[in-house]
Amino acid sequence: MSVPQFFFGYFAVMLIGLSIMVVTRKNPVHSVILMLVLFVHIAGVYLFLNAEFLAAIQIIIYAGAILVMFLFVIMLLDLKKEVTERRFLKPWPLGLVVAGTFMVFITAVLGKLTVFPEPGKYSIDRIQAEGMMMTIGKVLYTEYLLPFEIASLILLVAIIGAIVLAKKRLE
Amino acid sequence: MVNLYNIRLLSPEIILVMVALMLLLLDLMVRRKEIIAYAGLAGVFISAYVNFRLVALGWSDTSLVGMFMFDGYANFFKLIFYINLALTILISLRYTVIERGALGAYYSLLFFATAGMMLMAGATDLITLYMGLELMALSTYVLAGIIRKELRSSEAAIKYFFLGAFSSAILLYGISLSYGLTGSTNLKEIAAALYKLNLIDNPITVLGLIFFIVAFGFKIALVPFHMWAPDVYEGAPTPVTAFMSIGPKAAGFAVMGRVLFEAFGSLQAEWSYILMVLAVLTMATGSIIALAQTNIKRMLAYSSIAHAGYALLGIIAGTDGGLSSMMNYMFIYIFMNIGAFAIVIMLRSEGVKGENLEDYAGLAKSHPVTSALMLVFMFSLAGIPPTAGFIAKFYVFVEAVRADNVTLVVIAVLFSMVSAFFYLRVVVYMYMKEPKEEAVVTTSVPMSIALAITTVMILFIGVYPFYLLSFVKQSILG
Repeated sequence: MSVPQFFFGYFAVMLIGLSIMVVTRKNPVHSVILMLVLFVHIAGVYLFLNAEFLAAIQIIIYAGAILVMFLFVIMLLDLKKEVTERRFLKPWPLGLVVAGTFMVFITAVLGKLTVFPEPGKYSIDRIQAEGMMMTIGKVLYTEYLLPFEIASLILLVAIIGAIVLAKKRLE
Repeated sequence: MVNLYNIRLLSPEIILVMVALMLLLLDLMVRRKEIIAYAGLAGVFISAYVNFRLVALGWSDTSLVGMFMFDGYANFFKLIFYINLALTILISLRYTVIERGALGAYYSLLFFATAGMMLMAGATDLITLYMGLELMALSTYVLAGIIRKELRSSEAAIKYFFLGAFSSAILLYGISLSYGLTGSTNLKEIAAALYKLNLIDNPITVLGLIFFIVAFGFKIALVPFHMWAPDVYEGAPTPVTAFMSIGPKAAGFAVMGRVLFEAFGSLQAEWSYILMVLAVLTMATGSIIALAQTNIKRMLAYSSIAHAGYALLGIIAGTDGGLSSMMNYMFIYIFMNIGAFAIVIMLRSEGVKGENLEDYAGLAKSHPVTSALMLVFMFSLAGIPPTAGFIAKFYVFVEAVRADNVTLVVIAVLFSMVSAFFYLRVVVYMYMKEPKEEAVVTTSVPMSIALAITTVMILFIGVYPFYLLSFVKQSILG
């Protein structure tokens, strides 16, 4: 096994294992801490794909900001009650069967991936020559300007929605 | 590259967003809250006029590096969204619960949702498509839960949000699979790469296709992805239900048509087979479960599921004619659905909520005009001539027969007959039962205008369908 294969295997196994653990823990605080580890591992995968900027973003936004949000929500929960409650709905084995079948199906199909598209214009060499941030910035403000602007509208709608739904009293 | 000429083609959407922002500010400034709604209506007309001028100038182009297409197909759906938005504003004006609440936010969210739908209709790149879809979806989640003190409304919002997030994830999975295969998110380039790399028989292509169909199926409430629809339609405020039952559905059909025809045109045999199964399930479930409903909003929810099944026949046909019959269907569907929901809103008052079938008993004696209008809408939804509903169904069935889907059409006609039962039951209640208590009908000028527009359009299209048909034909050509 070559070194890249070893690293990829490590990250893949850890990602799946951690995801399962995040869902199955009884204590939500444990889930969140495991999620932190999970996010760091995802950042590892990005690094592995030569996307160091994405890895940094992953750490700053997910492991930093979003996890704090999760902790805030957990503070609003009644932890003692939460720990004693059943974690899953009754028909969870059915869900497991469906998910399992789906996994087998996907694995079988993905094994057929034998054709590869031509490499795009942003090769690793070009990105390294130009700089990651420079390339992303240029693409974001030229080719992907429209989706980028729509994203800002989505954030605005989220803010309006949060205010509308959470405002204390409507006059 | 990006230049001013290209950005001009986006001006209808930009105007809608600007109006949305102004409505938010206007809420803080004006005392008489109707002004917000009227300003909004003016905004709709300005944006629609600008769009019309752009069409008249003959500009049809992909703007912003192939992210967005300004063509007849997109413009036809934009017209649907404009009419939907304008009629929704008219029927919301007197809806007291919203009137007491966050009014500016309510109207501006309607505008944001419409802008999202318009971006979806014009999207030629999967990334723009996804972003437009999220803009639309996020706004409608909030709209569904805008009456915070009502538990049903909050429940509707949460259910819609969870299932919507789920369907977004599936859509993203589909996008990532097709990107991984073809190396592009542009619809035309995907189609080209499928040919060039000989990927048409590849199971992963089909898997990606299935993900797309599932994700769009959520938005247009196809069975078995319809679970959210009845609860959300029942819980959301009625004007929002009217808005949601048309806008996101038409937008879902718009993107489904574009993605399937433009990107996966070479897999037509596969997707029409999948959709055929879904269409039969959808028509069956929608029509049969609607029989058991006593809440009229739930009944209309199942009816809208069934209608999605009929309109799907147009896409299954896989021809330009089929596509235009689907567009035709969506256009007619606005008027009959908004009309029916407008009557539900009119019957809503403090004591009688106007949502149960019982509330319609004997309505014809006390309110003959209201009942007559409801009769027109119910006939149209059932597809009885001379209403527009018949024209909508007729052309979809004709195109399906032309594409040799005779069995499917027979099934559709059968379920159409089943569905006539529950539409006509409302009529029976109104005309042949004795009233239990005096129904209170609240009318207002904007509501009357909305009802007048919907009724006139239903009867006009029903009698003279040729204007609409030639209009649809023109839009699909260029």
